[in-house]
Amino acid sequence: MTASFADLAGLPWAAHWPVVPVLLPLLFGTLLVLLSRASLAVQRTVGGLAMLVHLGVASALVALAEAGPPLAYAVGDWAAPFGIFLVIDRLSAWMLLVTALVALPAWAYACAGEDRGGPWFHALFQFQLLGIHGAFATGDLFNLFVFFEILLIASYALLLHGANAARARAAVHVVVLNLVGSALFLLAVGCIYAAVGTLNLADLAVKAPAITPEDAGLLQTGAFLLLIVFALKAAALPLGFWLPPAYAAAPAACAALFAVLTKVGVYSILRVYTLVFPSFEPGPEGPSGLVLPLGLATLALGAIGALAADRLRPLAGHLVLVSIGTLLVAVGTFREAGYAAAVYYVAHSTFAGAALFLVADLVARQRRTLGDRLDAGEPVRQPALLAALFAGGTIAIVGLPPLSGFVGKLAVLQATSPDAERVWVLLLVGTLLTVVVVARAASALFWRTGDRPTEGKPASRLASAAAAGCVALLVALTLAAGPAFDYANATARQLLDRSAYVEAVFTVPSLSAPVGGAPHLAEAAAVAERGFAPTEPPAPAAASSTASPAAEGER
Amino acid sequence: MDTALLALALVPFVGALLPAAAKRLFGLAPAVAAGATAVLALGLVLWLAPAALDGGTTVHRWEWVPSLGLELALRWDGLSFLFALLITSIGTLVCVYASGYLEPHEATPRFYGLLLLFMGAMLGIVLSENLLVLVICWELTSIASFLLIGFRGHDADSRQGARLALLVTGSGGLALLAGVLLIGDAVGSYDVSAVLAAAGTLQQHPLYGWMLGLVLFGAFTKSAQFPFHFWLPHAMAAPTPVSAYLHSATMVKAGIFLLMRLYPALGGTAEWFWVVSTAGAATLLFASGVALYKHDLKGLLAYSTVSHLGLIVLLMGLGTPLSEVAAVFHLINHAVFKASLFMAAGIVDHGAGTRDMRRLSGLFRFMPYTATLALVAACAMAGVPLLNGFLSKEMFLTETLQLRELGWAGLVFPAAATLASIFTVAYSTRFVHDVFFGGPSRDLPHEPHEAARWLRFPVELLVILCLLVGLFPGATVEPILRAAAGAVLQAPLPEFTLKIWHGFNLPLAMSLLALAGGVTLYFYRRYRGGLHDYVPAWVQGKRLTEAAVAFVQDGARAFWPGFDGERLGRYLFVLVFFSLLVGLLGYAGAPLVGPRPVQPASAVDVVATVLLVLAVAATVVLHRERLAALALVGVIGLIVALAFARFSAPDLALTQILVEIVTLLLLLLALRWLPNRTPRVALRGRQARDAAIAIAAGAGCGALALAMLTRPVDTIAGYFTATAPGEGGGYNVVNVILVDFRGFDTLGEITVLGIAAIGIAALLHRLELGRPALDPLGRAWASRRNSLQFEVVARPLLPVGLLVSAYLFLRGHNAPGGGFIAGLVTGVAVFVQYLARGATWVDERLPLNYAHVMGWGLAIAVVSGLGSLAFRHPFLTSSTPTFELPLLGELKFASATFFDLGVYLAVVGTVLVILAELAGLRRQERG
Repeated sequence: MTASFADLAGLPWAAHWPVVPVLLPLLFGTLLVLLSRASLAVQRTVGGLAMLVHLGVASALVALAEAGPPLAYAVGDWAAPFGIFLVIDRLSAWMLLVTALVALPAWAYACAGEDRGGPWFHALFQFQLLGIHGAFATGDLFNLFVFFEILLIASYALLLHGANAARARAAVHVVVLNLVGSALFLLAVGCIYAAVGTLNLADLAVKAPAITPEDAGLLQTGAFLLLIVFALKAAALPLGFWLPPAYAAAPAACAALFAVLTKVGVYSILRVYTLVFPSFEPGPEGPSGLVLPLGLATLALGAIGALAADRLRPLAGHLVLVSIGTLLVAVGTFREAGYAAAVYYVAHSTFAGAALFLVADLVARQRRTLGDRLDAGEPVRQPALLAALFAGGTIAIVGLPPLSGFVGKLAVLQATSPDAERVWVLLLVGTLLTVVVVARAASALFWRTGDRPTEGKPASRLASAAAAGCVALLVALTLAAGPAFDYANATARQLLDRSAYVEAVFTVPSLSAPVGGAPHLAEAAAVAERGFAPTEPPAPAAASSTASPAAEGER
Repeated sequence: MDTALLALALVPFVGALLPAAAKRLFGLAPAVAAGATAVLALGLVLWLAPAALDGGTTVHRWEWVPSLGLELALRWDGLSFLFALLITSIGTLVCVYASGYLEPHEATPRFYGLLLLFMGAMLGIVLSENLLVLVICWELTSIASFLLIGFRGHDADSRQGARLALLVTGSGGLALLAGVLLIGDAVGSYDVSAVLAAAGTLQQHPLYGWMLGLVLFGAFTKSAQFPFHFWLPHAMAAPTPVSAYLHSATMVKAGIFLLMRLYPALGGTAEWFWVVSTAGAATLLFASGVALYKHDLKGLLAYSTVSHLGLIVLLMGLGTPLSEVAAVFHLINHAVFKASLFMAAGIVDHGAGTRDMRRLSGLFRFMPYTATLALVAACAMAGVPLLNGFLSKEMFLTETLQLRELGWAGLVFPAAATLASIFTVAYSTRFVHDVFFGGPSRDLPHEPHEAARWLRFPVELLVILCLLVGLFPGATVEPILRAAAGAVLQAPLPEFTLKIWHGFNLPLAMSLLALAGGVTLYFYRRYRGGLHDYVPAWVQGKRLTEAAVAFVQDGARAFWPGFDGERLGRYLFVLVFFSLLVGLLGYAGAPLVGPRPVQPASAVDVVATVLLVLAVAATVVLHRERLAALALVGVIGLIVALAFARFSAPDLALTQILVEIVTLLLLLLALRWLPNRTPRVALRGRQARDAAIAIAAGAGCGALALAMLTRPVDTIAGYFTATAPGEGGGYNVVNVILVDFRGFDTLGEITVLGIAAIGIAALLHRLELGRPALDPLGRAWASRRNSLQFEVVARPLLPVGLLVSAYLFLRGHNAPGGGFIAGLVTGVAVFVQYLARGATWVDERLPLNYAHVMGWGLAIAVVSGLGSLAFRHPFLTSSTPTFELPLLGELKFASATFFDLGVYLAVVGTVLVILAELAGLRRQERG
């Protein structure tokens, strides 16, 4: 098909790429709902196929994002800013790839037995991915809320899968807190909409800088509340205390997948506060100035929690909190090197968290009497395998050489070197404390075992392979740190170049242009033509907001 | 050359995998594989030797992460060569020794694998041109050391020693990382060459003190300098080959290597002189004194190692060119004689079953060969002439005398050096005399025996080296020393000659004094008590560290329960509190009320508002009476619905009412299985706190709502109202927004409903609840069916409900209604049948899998959205074609109607899945 024909007759097929990562999990999930009476083998086949397809799609999207400017997609063919837009840029594509890479071993681990808990596991897994993919792909604040809801309800359902008392209690905590978060999200969205009149991220990026001083308070309150919501999602402390008990109670495969869930919060901070809110806020007093202190608090409190933990799964949860803190510190620098560090670290933190949860589950299952308690005594059934996996996972997450945790931490340290005093001390002391904790845990689990034989069963090949796969991801991320950082640096530059994002959204060819040439098209064309200049408020928005009070008075 | 260098760096890491792979071949296969790897590495070092011995420096680079300055850059100069030679040659000997030392049942593949891993990491340190890679390898040696010390993990001392070593050296590594980052920031590169060339920049940098302090902290922890020395004696819990290799010959010299490597960049300043030389002197004096009072052979050797490391550090600190040469020389000599002494100690341990010098005695009879070897090595350690130790000690003593410009303070160093030398001679004498001479020992675990061939061979080789270097320094060690010292100084070497006889001079006198004094001290001292008789327990580094760790951990455990665990109320408080705080922060200073005039309130508005407030207050008061609270929540919902109707939002009002009805019914159904009253949980104080925060949050929301509603912002809503009838194909803007403009959101929301449905189904799937025998008022449950009147009334509700649904559905695009509302109506209609006739009756007549109904709804919604792709439009694009139908005439039909059908089915399915599962509970209870 020639390009000219495609232009005349409709969208070229390739233009549909941005919607693919959202549609596929929805389709697979729906199919699996309808297949709920089918055998587990059938469900696993469909689920496995879905996982591979997701991986392929994510890789393709990374390649596309690398090749050019952000890809925007007008759902329903409504032009910006009226319709909902999906935008795939380097950051979204990277997050999708990270998700696909970690979801595969998590899913495989579930297939080793955890998916027997009920008839809906595989459908729920796809719906969970739907929420994650949608949050990474959307370019609309309200649509982000919708995907947050999908995320939440799916994670709630997965937490309750094969429920026991601890799981149910943890799940209630998660859902209640997150429902309050949802309410806050709506409130924040309301503030922003009332102040700016739009929820399309690109449109917000254009209009937010032109806000009048009278409305700035409302917009800033919205931005602040939104940050609380995202920080809650990211499990930043002091809002994230729900994470360790919840992840400790969740089925291991779900906990491994949940390692991405917190990253949705971090992603949202990175997306919204680089695209929409960077230019009007005065500096550290603005909402994004809170990210760094939140990161440091998470780091410190997470390390304290790790010290206090007496079981392996909550310990893993606290180590994940520490790594989220490190990640938020990187984001909180709000400069290019910090973004690049965050992009790399987000992948590392996800893989390491997943690896840790899977290994912790393997350990717990092989210790009949002690489970995951960090008490000496009963050895695991496969000490060599589990000790190696444990070493891989923990070395990575505490950030010791030679794995990706160190490379990532190095990048964070370099990015924060102007604020070295407070940040470095916490980062390095945090590392030291977690090293102490991990060494103690390893000593109790693998050395202080006595001669008692264990009654635990060896792990199935699939389960071991899934855990080993997560560790392998960490090794790969370390070896490929060079290309990964090339991508991360380019991503950081793209995040700083907001005009590219805005332009991509406003220049999506809309075939069903509204009758009568609505005014927004002229505005979009103007934005596309002049590019994006954050210092100069765009003329139409400024005119409308200064003119409207007068017009209102006349009414 | 670059290939050989890269191979040298990688061979040990690759080789680390071999022992495990070779495990099944034959018993000694892991040892052979490891030894072969070490020999290969040694061969590479020797092959590369000429390039280093001629004083040149070669650097080879392989890219890794350029943007972080991480680069696999390898540097080959005299210093790298010297260390690589020590690492690989002693590594080879240790592999040989270990093959005889380890018990067959011990997990040898793991041991050799870790040993080679360590060798690779250590080579990495000395070969690194990139300081960051050096730090990586530095921490890797800490990890390898942790795993090797804890090799016999069943032994408590091993575990504690391993953790202590990791804590101390690991923290040093982190400090080093910070120091290196500061240096890299200042220089603009992490290349050793660039850093060495930037000495001026660094030494004038405002952060020079920090750089030096952090680097020195790293070096001192690794090289066990006072007061961070205490981990090393505890590391002796490791198997002896490990002690010989890591904890005397190589790893503990990494810190000294670092001092040597960075000396041209950081050294030569007053800070360097005072800190480094003081630390070295203190360590030298302290450790040599302590060594004398150790009863354990390896303990004595450990403290002796610490003191010799202190000696080398002191030399580094003195900072004259000759003192640097002497440091390098003593480092070589120490590695040789101390490794042989450790191995000899291991042989004694092996042969006699104990390392306690109070029990050992007169072993010369049993192991004359080993005794002779140990005697020579101990003499080298004591600095007896004709042995290698003597030469470097002479140089050391000479250098301590060069500090005339310091005045009286300059006398402290030679005095300390002489005193330490006396101690050294004394403990060397003790090592030999206590163990091998004196009367025969009585209470040994078993009859001592001479060592096996493979245990002795490495010791022999090393002791021969001691002699050769001592006798012919110029022919043996001098080229290596010159190359290494040249690389340390990065400048022309000072004049020096290595010879045994320098004439009668002050250093010789000090040496002789030391020999005489040491022997005298040994024979006249009292050492029956252990060291802990002299030093209170609490000043011991291990105790202090463990206490500190325990303190931190206890602190964490005391602090943490405040946050952890099952405290939903506290989490919520924190969340709401922070939201309030940042909300206030965000709004600070901006005007609350916008310019849009506030509408006058009618009497109805006021009454409704008052009712609303009263209902909310009543809910709060009565929240523990669940049934009443539920009813009150229903009232609140109804008032909200009225408000929607009042402010011209009929769709919302309709939806709100129906949602209220459905949720109320479902909750009532669920309440049957729950206690009727919520137990009191909150204390009064907390209730007051929660009330305050709740009221504040409510006030905040109200204020925000006021701010939002009084702002006349130009929103995108105008576009929707203008475009809905034409482009959207419908006059009901709300519905057009739901199914078209933002149909994607709706798709997401019905997916949420669907997930909720299957989530509830999954939760209740296998749940069985016993029904309470009595109702809340104490009456027995009636067993008969529901009232006849209800059944009769309910029956026709179904067709009527379905008809109303169809009507609402079809008109939805143009008037209040739509798939969502219609779905709720249908759901309620079926619901009533369940209430009236019971689950069994309905299920028999309506054999539907509701989850599948929901699934089909989702499927229809997605597929209707996908339809537009066929017409080459984006997902969910709607069109409004007009059909000419016979009889009916022209029919305008929005494709979004299909989507709405999906919404309808999904809602019906969801409501009924939840209902059926709750009803299913009842079925189980009956059956």
